[in-house]
Amino acid sequence: MLIKNEDSEKLMGDLKSYNHYVDKALNRQKIKVREKLAFALKTIFRIREAAVLVVVIIIGLILTLSSPYFLTIENLKAIAIGLSTDAIMAVGMTILLVSGGFDLSIGSVLAFGGAISALFLGKNFNMWISIIIALAVAAIIGLINGTIVTKIGVNPLITTLGMMSIARGATLVVAQGYPLAEIPLEFTVFGQGEIFGLPVPMLIMLLIVIIGEVMLRRSRFLRQAYYIGSNERAARLSGIHVDKVKMFSYVITATLAVIAGLISTSRLAAAFPQAGIGAELRVISACVIGGASLAGGEGSVLGSLLGVVLLAIVNNGLILKNVSIYWQGIVSGLILILAVTLDILSRRRRVR
Amino acid sequence: MFNLNIQTKFDKPILKLIGISKSFPGVKALDKVNLEVFQGEIHAIVGENGAGKSTLMMIISGVYKKDDGKIIFDELETEITDTHHAKSLGISTVFQELSLFPHRKIFENIFAGKEFTRKFGLVDIKKMKIDAKNILSTFDVDFDPSTLLADLTSAERQIVEIAKALSSEVKMLIFDEPTSSLTDRETARLFNIINDLKVKGVAIIYVSHRLEEVFEIADRITVLRDGRYIGTVNKKDADMTQVVRMMVGRDLSDMFPEKSKILRNEFLIINDLCRENILKNINLKLHTEEILGIYGLVGSGRSELARCIFGIDKIDSGEIYINGLKKNIDSPIIAIKNGIGYMPEDRKEAGLFLSLAVKENIVASSLERISNFGFLNTKKTKSLAGQYVERLTIKTPNLEQKVLNLSGGNQQKVLLAKWLAVQPKILIVDEPTKGIDVGAKAEIHFLLRQLANRGVGIIMISSELPEILGMSDKILVMHEGEIRGEFLGDRATQEELLTCAYQE
Repeated sequence: MLIKNEDSEKLMGDLKSYNHYVDKALNRQKIKVREKLAFALKTIFRIREAAVLVVVIIIGLILTLSSPYFLTIENLKAIAIGLSTDAIMAVGMTILLVSGGFDLSIGSVLAFGGAISALFLGKNFNMWISIIIALAVAAIIGLINGTIVTKIGVNPLITTLGMMSIARGATLVVAQGYPLAEIPLEFTVFGQGEIFGLPVPMLIMLLIVIIGEVMLRRSRFLRQAYYIGSNERAARLSGIHVDKVKMFSYVITATLAVIAGLISTSRLAAAFPQAGIGAELRVISACVIGGASLAGGEGSVLGSLLGVVLLAIVNNGLILKNVSIYWQGIVSGLILILAVTLDILSRRRRVR
Repeated sequence: MFNLNIQTKFDKPILKLIGISKSFPGVKALDKVNLEVFQGEIHAIVGENGAGKSTLMMIISGVYKKDDGKIIFDELETEITDTHHAKSLGISTVFQELSLFPHRKIFENIFAGKEFTRKFGLVDIKKMKIDAKNILSTFDVDFDPSTLLADLTSAERQIVEIAKALSSEVKMLIFDEPTSSLTDRETARLFNIINDLKVKGVAIIYVSHRLEEVFEIADRITVLRDGRYIGTVNKKDADMTQVVRMMVGRDLSDMFPEKSKILRNEFLIINDLCRENILKNINLKLHTEEILGIYGLVGSGRSELARCIFGIDKIDSGEIYINGLKKNIDSPIIAIKNGIGYMPEDRKEAGLFLSLAVKENIVASSLERISNFGFLNTKKTKSLAGQYVERLTIKTPNLEQKVLNLSGGNQQKVLLAKWLAVQPKILIVDEPTKGIDVGAKAEIHFLLRQLANRGVGIIMISSELPEILGMSDKILVMHEGEIRGEFLGDRATQEELLTCAYQE
């Protein structure tokens, strides 16, 4: 077949425009993929838990690649045991933060609960009775905090700052300044035991975290915390049980602090009067990294757990890399500020 | 020549907006809006809530940045970068939510951020006081500039706010809903001030949803609808129905729904209710299918009465009967259990959970209904919330949207939805249409009447006379904690109610 000159020119033109069209379409496809990826990333970072989880995994990968000791059963167990007490306290703190409150006394209450149990154990009381006494003391401390905050209206900062000092002082009085170390062997199972090779503190922690997560996310009673934290006045006018929920939050927070105290006493086979110093701020930091807000109305137990895990593996990494322990505080502080800064920036972009 | 100069200046717009667009996530707030404002004119911007009025003002005053379009100010194309920049150009705003410091003195408020200083950077208090006094004197008021702002009424504070705006050189002044908390007398004074400013050559943008006012004060009126520019009319050539039609895109023929005909069932009876010096021997009867209007000035005890019925405030004496049974209502929880709902006046402070989703706001008072064995059921939550979003035609992209991002009218509907979801037998609404636009207002009126027709007794507190007269089957007028008069809704007149409310 003969192709005339003009025809071939026309054909060339068609081909060119066809190529152009294909290029365009391909480009469009590329842009689409890029958009989808960007969208997926955005969604991940919009859900705080997912964002923290991604960071935890990345740090975990880096540590696995750079240190032969990180991904060993021994090390992971050590991390899990180490973060159990903080994670248990973070559950209570999250509930409080969501409802717009917080509790600075948990570190001291941890020490006090440990000292009380050790005191009774030392006097040969039955182990379970000693535990129940310690938990009862916790409930009373929580009730006192809750009553002062809800019924009298003193702000949570002042109330729990006072309680922090009181509980620490009471610990020193009970312990006379020395560690209480007359702990029966059977009691050490809570801190040192293993079930199917899994450390008991971690199992207790997981149980509490799962219950806390489900309750705060789904239970009608605790769900009210989000309303209270978002707008307490509106919550009252909506028939939300504001005082009951707040009271419960303080009681559960103090109780969980004492459970952490029992575990720590059991693990060290002694109650140290200076146990848990600084725990309150560490736990609040972890919750905030995990998405809770000091203004209330936001946060989840899962997020807070991930916050605790993040701080724990970073500290573990510093130790594995032989960085002086004195650097831990600096790094934790930087992570806290960075997390909140990123959150605020991403929100700002969403609003503008 | 001098005259001619001014003439030419007046002929050229001081502010010209061309094709301004602005988007927020999920919403196109402004879509190619045009606007021309001349020196020495009062230019009103009207539109329903969500029409984009506030967003447009925020762009002019530098709070938001435009996505697209041109701003020409004083014949120069300008990018207004922030509020300071707007101020330095001579654009000042008198904000809707007043931006003053209550615990500072008047002069400190007026000169906040631009204090006069003497040597060593010390503040020149004397000069500030004198200047403050001078500025205030132009408004024909005699405040002592050293008075604490907290000691002023809201109308007086607004004057301070205007004085603050005028304390630097101003070419253009924006008023955003300036009369929402003012009495008629205070409004009249404000209008005098605005007219004076206009004569002095200041360009004035006046944003309001109150059309009567707009027609009283404006020279020209620009209408926005759904973020789009609909048109600008001269007040002289336009009438209100025309502007309303431009605003809503349709005619609002039946402004108020038909009233109840027969009232039989006395559902709520209050006998001799007293509280301290605030409420004195209140007696009232509310029927099912009735809308009982309560009219009175601010401070007449109308909101306090609502708070007592809903169990927020304690009563000293008196009895409350619901459906023939004596009730002791001492908390909102008990009130809700007894089938009472209460929509408070200040919806942002006391009604809504702004940082929570639409869904969560709607179910807030019905948590029991959407749970199984103490756990919330996601399906039930969604279906309950979805049902009311549909029924009240709440404009939201989805149920997960934070209420914060909705317009005022839609926020009010979310609040109403929360109470409808409770299925109350008695609903108390306090200023149900305050600060929302004509269209949403009519919708809320219709919903309230529909609710009454289904057997709910409604107590409606309002300071808008047309609303009280148009909606109520019966009207109670309160004055200084007492019920001063009772009127039939379809026979009372504005004059009667006003005389009754103001009588000494």
